[in-house]
Amino acid sequence: MANTAEIKVTADALDKAAPKRHARKQDPAAILRWILLMGGGILMVLPIVYMLSTSLKWPHEIYNLSIFPDEPTLDNYAYVLEDGRFYMWFVNSLIIAVITTVSAVLFDALVGYTLCKFEFRGRLIVFVAILSTLMIPTEMLVIPWYLMAKNFGWLDTYWGIMFPGIMTAFGTFLMKQFFESVPNDFLEAARIDGLNEFQIWWRVAMPMVKPALAALAIFIFLGNWTAFIWPLIVTNSPELYTLPVGLTTFSVEQSVQWELIMTGAALATIPTLIVFLVFQRFIIRGVVMAGLKG
Amino acid sequence: MSFYANLTIKQKQVVWAWTFLSLPILFYCVIRFYPTLNAITLSFQEWNLLGDRTWAGVDNYAKLFADPVFWKVFKNTFIYLLLGTPVSLVLSFLVAYHLDKVRFMHGTIRALYFLPFMTSAVAMAWLWRWFYQPVPIGLFNNALASVGIPQFPFLSSTTWALPSILAPAVWAGLGFQIIIFMAGLRAIPQTYYEAARIDGVGPWTILWRITLPLLKPTIVFLVVLSSIGFLRIFDQVFNMTSNNPGGPLNSTKPLVLMIYETAFDSFDMGYAAAQTVVLFVILLAVSLAQLYIMRDK
Repeated sequence: MANTAEIKVTADALDKAAPKRHARKQDPAAILRWILLMGGGILMVLPIVYMLSTSLKWPHEIYNLSIFPDEPTLDNYAYVLEDGRFYMWFVNSLIIAVITTVSAVLFDALVGYTLCKFEFRGRLIVFVAILSTLMIPTEMLVIPWYLMAKNFGWLDTYWGIMFPGIMTAFGTFLMKQFFESVPNDFLEAARIDGLNEFQIWWRVAMPMVKPALAALAIFIFLGNWTAFIWPLIVTNSPELYTLPVGLTTFSVEQSVQWELIMTGAALATIPTLIVFLVFQRFIIRGVVMAGLKG
Repeated sequence: MSFYANLTIKQKQVVWAWTFLSLPILFYCVIRFYPTLNAITLSFQEWNLLGDRTWAGVDNYAKLFADPVFWKVFKNTFIYLLLGTPVSLVLSFLVAYHLDKVRFMHGTIRALYFLPFMTSAVAMAWLWRWFYQPVPIGLFNNALASVGIPQFPFLSSTTWALPSILAPAVWAGLGFQIIIFMAGLRAIPQTYYEAARIDGVGPWTILWRITLPLLKPTIVFLVVLSSIGFLRIFDQVFNMTSNNPGGPLNSTKPLVLMIYETAFDSFDMGYAAAQTVVLFVILLAVSLAQLYIMRDK
């Protein structure tokens, strides 16, 4: 699609307020537009608000439509967290998402860099081969992965959950695009200074694509944090569940105690909501950067 | 090391390149290409995980195409796509188009629309499942009841269950599409609009003749991305119908759920592999259609 420089421009433009061309006088249509947009936005977050509010309600109150609980209680949270399972699933999810993200970002950057900056026979073949794996859906691979995990004893292990995602073709492609913007002169100068190729990649090239690395990291982390079908297949024991898989089991168990299910759902959602509220601009920028290259 | 020291700079680079690529090449061969071939091979075999893998020719495919459940599932999968993609694209374009012209609290409004994108589909599936419960539990039916409307059979009706499951998927994806559309809108040079305005062209014509044609790459990108997403829908269905997966009466079952059940409930691995190959072909067709549409660019 568009080249890297353009993407940067549009990603930056998103941060700024809308351009001046629209700063006409406040006519009624503009006010109506604002009200409708704001109303729609509130409607968008209302489901999440109801989830949080219900998690603070007593069982007899969940039938009540009001957003604010009459007598807010943290009892649901105390009950859900009591047996420590949610804590365990949270830690599992965090460990898996962090390791996978670090691994994928490093390897994707290394491969993207190699395919972008080195000249060697077979470069195009390797690139096309990696790119072609983007066409293969995860769902087609889960059965062979399951058989592989079963044969190697990877079922019910962290590694079993992580191994399919330690490198991504999407990230490789993204990083290759971004390394195009690193001038070869810089790399050549470092070569003359006596740095070896690994040092040039790590100390010269990598710092120049930091925004792209961050964007990729956000995308991969979010993908792993919410991943469901593969962790569901590869784990059997509750000690190894990730948060989404644990939440499914927990909710099925509770069946009709919706205030407890909402509490579980809230526990799975609150961490990413906090991260989003803190790094909002940064995350939206990253998603645009990564998204436009996908 | 003396061997390395005698190489020219070019040759050293080749050594480094293949060193950097060695682990990744191993990964892509073992974790991507081999499993792909394995899935295709398995689709021509019969295997229940315990006994031997035996060749079955095209039996699995023949069985699949003769299976009324498959055609039901096939239809469902495309209803998810044909309903989800247009609805989510029109909604997100409308929001992006207008939000682009708003300055007051622009960032806040954008964040409100984007927030659901940050949630996990599983948590949101359970949240919406609660909304859809009958009176007196579900939020929607309670709200309807409070204005005197009899309860609506969201998840229990064979007609309405599928759109009800689709709704949270559309809702959660909207924020992403909105910001991609807004990036696309910002990339259109201002001079086009100025020229049109000088020529006295109305806003409606500007939208149809300038904005939408110039947004074509963005639109195609989002159509393909959301199509692939809806064709692969699973998390929402699995969690919202966990008491009767894909129900009522298979009316919400998508292809991925059928694959999951065939492989991991019935352990009919060959049959499941054949289903994944069908999914692969469908997704490939969608991607190739994108390349075809974009070729004149």
